[in-house]
Amino acid sequence: MTATLSYADVISRYEPVIGLETHVELGTASKMFCGCATEFGAEPNTQTCPVCLGLPGALPVANEKAIESTIRIGLALNCSIATWCRFARKNYFYPDMPKNFQTSQYDEPLCVDGYLDVEVDGQTVRVGIERVHIEEDTGKNTHVGTSGRIHGADYSLVDYNRAGIPLVEIVTKPVPGTGALAPEVARAYVTELRDILRALGVSDVRMEQGSLRCDVNTSLNRPGEEWGTRTETKNVNSLRSVERAVRSEILRQAELLDAGERIHQETRHFSETTGDTRPGRSKEEATDYRYFPEPDLVPIAPDPAWVEALRAELPELPAARRARLRDELGVSAEDMVQMSNAGVVELVGETVEAGAPIGEARNWWLGYLAQKANERETDPADLAVTPAHVARLVELVADGSLTTALARQVVDGILETGADVDTVVAERGLQVVSDTGALEKAADDAIAANPDVAEKVRGGKLPAVGALVGAVMKATRGQADAAAVREILLRKLGAGQD
Amino acid sequence: MADTDLIAMTAAQLAQAVAAGEVSAVEVTEAHLARITAVDTAVHAFLHVDTEGALAAARAVDARRAAGDRLGPLAGVPLAMKDVVVTQGLPTTAGSKILENWVPPYDATISRRIKDAGIVMLGKTNMDEFAMGSSTENSAYGPSSNPWDLDRVPGGSSGGSSAAVAAYEAPLAIGTDTGGSIRQPAAVTGIVGHKPTYGAVSRYGLIAFSSSLDQAGPLARTVLDAALLHEAIAGHDPCDSTSLDVPVAPAVAAAREGAAGDLAGLRVGVVKELQGEGYQAGVLAAFDAAVEKLRELGAEVVEVSCPNFTYALPAYYLIAPSECSSNLARFDSVRYGLRVGDDGANSLEDVMSLTREAGFGAEVKRRMMIGTYALSSGYYDAYYGQAQKVRTLIARDFTGAFERADVLVSPSSPFVAFAKGERVDDPMAMYVNDLCTLPASLAGTPAISVPCGLSEGLPVGLQIMAPTLADERCYRVAAAYEAAVETLVAPEVLSR
Amino acid sequence: MSDATSDASSGAVPGASSSTTDPAAGAGNARISRAEVAHLARLARLAVNEQELDLFAGQLDVILGAVARVGEVAAGEGAEDIPPTTHAVSMTNVYRADQVTPSLPRDAVLAGAPDVEDGKFRVPRILAEEA
Repeated sequence: MTATLSYADVISRYEPVIGLETHVELGTASKMFCGCATEFGAEPNTQTCPVCLGLPGALPVANEKAIESTIRIGLALNCSIATWCRFARKNYFYPDMPKNFQTSQYDEPLCVDGYLDVEVDGQTVRVGIERVHIEEDTGKNTHVGTSGRIHGADYSLVDYNRAGIPLVEIVTKPVPGTGALAPEVARAYVTELRDILRALGVSDVRMEQGSLRCDVNTSLNRPGEEWGTRTETKNVNSLRSVERAVRSEILRQAELLDAGERIHQETRHFSETTGDTRPGRSKEEATDYRYFPEPDLVPIAPDPAWVEALRAELPELPAARRARLRDELGVSAEDMVQMSNAGVVELVGETVEAGAPIGEARNWWLGYLAQKANERETDPADLAVTPAHVARLVELVADGSLTTALARQVVDGILETGADVDTVVAERGLQVVSDTGALEKAADDAIAANPDVAEKVRGGKLPAVGALVGAVMKATRGQADAAAVREILLRKLGAGQD
Repeated sequence: MADTDLIAMTAAQLAQAVAAGEVSAVEVTEAHLARITAVDTAVHAFLHVDTEGALAAARAVDARRAAGDRLGPLAGVPLAMKDVVVTQGLPTTAGSKILENWVPPYDATISRRIKDAGIVMLGKTNMDEFAMGSSTENSAYGPSSNPWDLDRVPGGSSGGSSAAVAAYEAPLAIGTDTGGSIRQPAAVTGIVGHKPTYGAVSRYGLIAFSSSLDQAGPLARTVLDAALLHEAIAGHDPCDSTSLDVPVAPAVAAAREGAAGDLAGLRVGVVKELQGEGYQAGVLAAFDAAVEKLRELGAEVVEVSCPNFTYALPAYYLIAPSECSSNLARFDSVRYGLRVGDDGANSLEDVMSLTREAGFGAEVKRRMMIGTYALSSGYYDAYYGQAQKVRTLIARDFTGAFERADVLVSPSSPFVAFAKGERVDDPMAMYVNDLCTLPASLAGTPAISVPCGLSEGLPVGLQIMAPTLADERCYRVAAAYEAAVETLVAPEVLSR
Repeated sequence: MSDATSDASSGAVPGASSSTTDPAAGAGNARISRAEVAHLARLARLAVNEQELDLFAGQLDVILGAVARVGEVAAGEGAEDIPPTTHAVSMTNVYRADQVTPSLPRDAVLAGAPDVEDGKFRVPRILAEEA
């Protein structure tokens, strides 16, 4: 749909209320109810067993680590932890669900009633947390046919490797009163949540791999009126999309309301390509899930002492870490805002923790890596390059093994292959050429090939040496230290800098 | 030893003979396979006979004996396995068309324990589809016959197992009991069947009907044999979250102690609500005589009242269908089993619906729809929620009764074996077969059925119920009673 | 409170008001229409035919009428205090350690499948997202 309304105009006449449901795949070694591995990218149906395939007779046993992780998430989000709660079966037929019910939690979630403070434009917004519960993920359908989508597909193929991976659902309370900032608040919430999850070490929180997935609820009402009918937008799979989805849904709903139409409570799907939402299945047809307590599992009754121990052992959370970056490492307020806007505060912090100086860490994440993330339309945190990688690169540059240019090539290699720093360095032979003989020869070749330039330099036009340096760097495939090359060339041309 | 001698022996005797080298496990197995060949056309206890596998298992036992290994207490003894228990490499259908030709890639915990014990699995027995029924008439593969009268049903749902044991095709069988599916077939075929405390035997690999009620247990011709099999399959299993992490009940010792015939000091409670109108007169007469016999053995007989037992049937017929509607959703034509209507034009939803329509029998469909209804929003509290409260009340009735009595007794079924076809078209008439067995199912308490005479020439069962985790009391009292009365032998097929 | 025998109007079926002549006995609220049966069949993914719709509508009505008796316990004294029983022996916190155990070989995973392609389960076209 074409947005004929201006956002500012809409916000002057309507108040948005947003809500977010986030699904996080936990990073446990094994699945929620069986011992199958959870590694991403394995051959189809090779990480499956009688339990996660729903074979007749198979029974679930809950993964203690997943329960623990859920409690830790609840604690980090200031929730109360249930003293007694149960799993429930959510019954509906869908081929990616091996049992045709999802083992989830219904009216007895593990964690309830918390909050998360997020900062947007220097102002703090408190987002209420309704519940945090544990459930299992589904398998993956591939639709085969000319369209490649579910509609118009000839048939589908199912891979159950993902089925049964522990999934935590985090549901906010409705967030009113954010006005024009609603899209930014939504994004800031997901960013902050992601950073918390990463700090807790419970998930790799990679939106592009689907380990963090987001549904966005949006409604509009005129000032003073009751909240409007909400829509639920699914398939919002990047931080940028969270913001875009809320904004486009606000505009779409405003247009309908302006025209005197009603908003239907429905599920919509966000399109990354067009940036707008399209209707999914209408809620009116929504199936009756027939929830009932899962009889194959026993209740969860966390020992309060255990919960307190988990609370005491929580790591430093992002808000505290930000304060420390500011206070202890002397990051300027301006830099903080810049890093925060780029979504790299956590990454910088972790890079510092991994041993890099703050300046270098900041420069990498705000510079080359931000550029790469931008090119790929992804978030820096979703890049294959991790803070540990960056710290290692900084170390290699510092000891002269790599130049900055080479280090960037290593980054490119990591982004292409997903391998770690040392592997890329080894496989691509990326190292500073310190063989003086080779450099001397390359310099002689460059001078011989560019007599005019050489003459200019000899004549005192020192900046012209740049072309020769470029030629040498090209000849050594960028693996020489440019400063050293320059020095050699100037010496050979008798135009020393002193 | 002649085949006829071998098939007439108890499991305990067979194990002893094999261990002593008086007979080989292969000979024992061959004798029972020959018996199956001779009578199973008429009895139809088995859906699948695993001749090769059985002989291989028997040879392994003989080899271990030859090597001087210590054998388990049931090594070399043949067993008939209810087809609801998953067996790796051996077809497992749960009596349903929807699983025709399914060969599981894994073993149920009890299948594994039986194999590890050197027990020889002869094959898989017939049953009401997904264990829903009281006659085996709901099997997709045709009913089994009662060895006492081939025109009558052997009870259900473990009717293939009860028929196999009563017809001397196997000395031991595994059944599963959700609302009475071990005890009622045991009763109407004149054998012993025990439903253990819920959680005493692993459910891992039992194709689920009603998860909160299902429990596997032994069927045998003697109480001691049932006790031996109980101990072989019971015990904690980390693969089943509802499995109890407690020591296995000392069933064998209790059976041996009971066989001495002294029940002095034992308080036996006769449940007022589990007799009277609606029960066949012959059944009540046999039951009264059995109670009198217990008194003769020294027991003190008291009457107890469990008023909420009258709600057991309605509660059961909400809980079991509700859970089954969810448990059976997995049969969807995607990963295993039947697929119908995949013509390239039908959608997956159509194919699922056509497959399930074609693959499930009428009773299974009926229960799935009742369960779907009972769990629907708006009905949950009135049906499933209420039924779960009834379970609490029934458990309280048991607790109260067990303050006055050490065990409770009742008939195992209101009726003797009925004729095939007699009740198959009237679901409620079929459901009341479970009347006596349902309270223990809902409370999860152990209960045994032991033969207690005949009515109109057909066996009657005495049900002995004990408190949770006191399974050994069932065995002790049943063994004492068994020792005091004449052994029943099915006449119809024994002569064949 | 009635006992097992008092409401067995047919005399043959104690414990449940079973007789087909009195379908709503004990319940009163269980009237189930043909359309409702069709809805239930769809939820349960059963392509029931017209004949079955008639048969099941009648039978479900009788059965639901009989089992609705469980509602009587709610009317009893102190009924709100009756906790529901989900398991006979109450247990909590049964977990497994987060350890990887071998998965099934893929051949075994796919062996029983009606249709397979590229190591995946092949299914007919899916109409729409269910949830």
